[in-house]
Amino acid sequence: MPYNAEPHLRRPSSEALRERIPGWGADLDPADRPSVPRELNLTPEDNGAHWDVPERQPELEPRERSIEHGMLPPVFGTVAPLRGLSGAIRRYAYENYSEARAAHWLLLVLGDRVDAGEQHLRSLASTRPDNPITQTGVLSEGRRHGVASRFGVGRADTAHQWMDPVIVAAPWVVTAIGIGLLVRGARRTASSERVQTE
Amino acid sequence: MRAMVYRGPYKVRVEEKDRPRIEHPNDAIVRVTAAAICGSDLHLYHGMIPDTRVGMTFGHEFVGEVVEVGPSVERLKVGDRVMVPFNIYCGSCYFCVRGLFSNCHNVNPNATAVGGIYGYSHTSGGYDGGQAEYVRVPLADVGPSVIPDWLDERDAVLLTDALPTGYFGAQLGDIAEGDTVVVFGAGPVGLFAARSAWLMGAGRVIVVDHLEYRLEKARDFAHAETVNFTELDDVVVEMKRTTDWLGADVVIDAVGAEADGNFLQHVTSAKFKLQGGSPVALNWAIDSVRKGGTVSVVGAYGPIFSAVKFGDAMNKGLTIRTNQCPVKRQWPRLLEHIRAGYFKPSDIITHEIPLEHITEGYHMFSAKLDNCIKPIVVPSAA
Ligand SMILES: NC(=O)c1ccc[n+]([C@@H]2O[C@H](COP(=O)([O-])OP(=O)(O)OC[C@H]3O[C@@H](n4cnc5c(N)ncnc54)[C@H](O)[C@@H]3O)[C@@H](O)[C@H]2O)c1
Ligand SMILES: [Zn+2]
Ligand SMILES: [Zn+2]
Repeated sequence: MPYNAEPHLRRPSSEALRERIPGWGADLDPADRPSVPRELNLTPEDNGAHWDVPERQPELEPRERSIEHGMLPPVFGTVAPLRGLSGAIRRYAYENYSEARAAHWLLLVLGDRVDAGEQHLRSLASTRPDNPITQTGVLSEGRRHGVASRFGVGRADTAHQWMDPVIVAAPWVVTAIGIGLLVRGARRTASSERVQTE
Repeated sequence: MRAMVYRGPYKVRVEEKDRPRIEHPNDAIVRVTAAAICGSDLHLYHGMIPDTRVGMTFGHEFVGEVVEVGPSVERLKVGDRVMVPFNIYCGSCYFCVRGLFSNCHNVNPNATAVGGIYGYSHTSGGYDGGQAEYVRVPLADVGPSVIPDWLDERDAVLLTDALPTGYFGAQLGDIAEGDTVVVFGAGPVGLFAARSAWLMGAGRVIVVDHLEYRLEKARDFAHAETVNFTELDDVVVEMKRTTDWLGADVVIDAVGAEADGNFLQHVTSAKFKLQGGSPVALNWAIDSVRKGGTVSVVGAYGPIFSAVKFGDAMNKGLTIRTNQCPVKRQWPRLLEHIRAGYFKPSDIITHEIPLEHITEGYHMFSAKLDNCIKPIVVPSAA
């Protein structure tokens, strides 16, 4: 088939489509599409806003912000304020690097991993320790047809799904090894001190 | 109150949390009657979005009843049943008066590139979401709308994100009569995008995924032709072959950051978080579209760089259109389409899960078990 100026040949006629598909062509005219043009010319009142700028929400705890903002925006979320080592890492990322810098995001990702570690440790001392089995939902595999959903249906994601339990278990395994090494180290010091005092 | 809480990658639980308070004069507190889990929540659940803090409640798709309003709220009153767009926005900034509600500049201290989104990490403003019994709804005079009497609550939940996003994705494609439109991803967003492409006059709609049960839905629900990319050596060649070797006029990426189909891309982003997202579907879109064509990207990517084939996009003269959906802008027209019978949004709901069992909902939706397409979460008091 030569590469001539014809458009694609394989499509059905508009009449046939209108017959077969409910609503075909209802928004054919771009004027009927709510996202055309991209930018509108609205007033705040059109949007329900009875302000020029929203009133300022009280900043009860110092609120971190991107250095690409000229000031703290007036409205913000207050969930999980910065705390601990993860908080220090995150604050450092916000105060030193703009969103344009890889260091900003990579530090925030590091902060996330440290946060999860800190919170897992804290939970061990609480009445509700983290439980990697119930919290991952794997117990529902049987009820939700884990095997039949995954195998023999030609899915692409089974090639890497085996990694998920490894990723989930890794912090626990690392913590267990860490505690093991600490205990061993403590025993060694204790026994060598005993040797010295003897 | 009971609320879903993030505990680290792949781990969530339901716990007792303080009921949200009015923190700003234009806040409302909404008692959630139904919420949904979205493909976007999976990016958080897998630990891919930077600054996702342990203790956050996810959920940006929810409907409920207003139980408390701040002193400056004029448009809502206690007892109203509302649907809440996933965007938090002020209505009055440079971007909001231009209709770019998802790009509001007054609601997210943590990032200027991202607007405000409920339950979507601190990178989206640090707000708790609606997979809980109650949720704080900031700027209550701007975002929420009272659910019309004739609209079913299950349909309303899908109006808070999935349907408007799919419809928006099709609009970003600038579809003209007779265009061939390819949609990557047969999740809720892709299914609605495919369905919407017909409304804009598409001549052919082709949906690509690897999950056969979702492709089946694309055939019945979205009247689309389907392609399972695992059956092909190279999906781009198939897209060329089926378009007389020109490429599609419009391609929509409704997959986003966790795309499969290339082991290295997937693992470096979804597992090891070294990329903002696995751009497999985006790269396929760039290579499958015709020269001078349009790629619409509604699949979400994180703020870290991704290995995108930008040279092909440049040499082909493509238009790349993107955004988080400004949800409320889509509502008036979508409500007309629903009334006319062109959409029954709740057709794609496959599961209803009590909030107490949300852990199971996340696992099932993430691992794509039990033919799950869209799970709805219902708090026990609802
Ligand atoms: N722009 C917005 O406003 C907005 C709103 C909602 C969701 N989203 C994003 O849209 C995307 C889809 O959301 P969803 O709820 O439908 O999620 P989903 O996880 O249910 O669907 C994604 C689908 O893509 C398929 N897929 C994976 N790799 C693919 C590939 N290479 N080619 C084709 N298909 C592939 C998966 O099998 C799955 O069916 C997510 O990235 C989500 O974050 C964006
Ligand atoms: Zn969503
Ligand atoms: Zn704004």
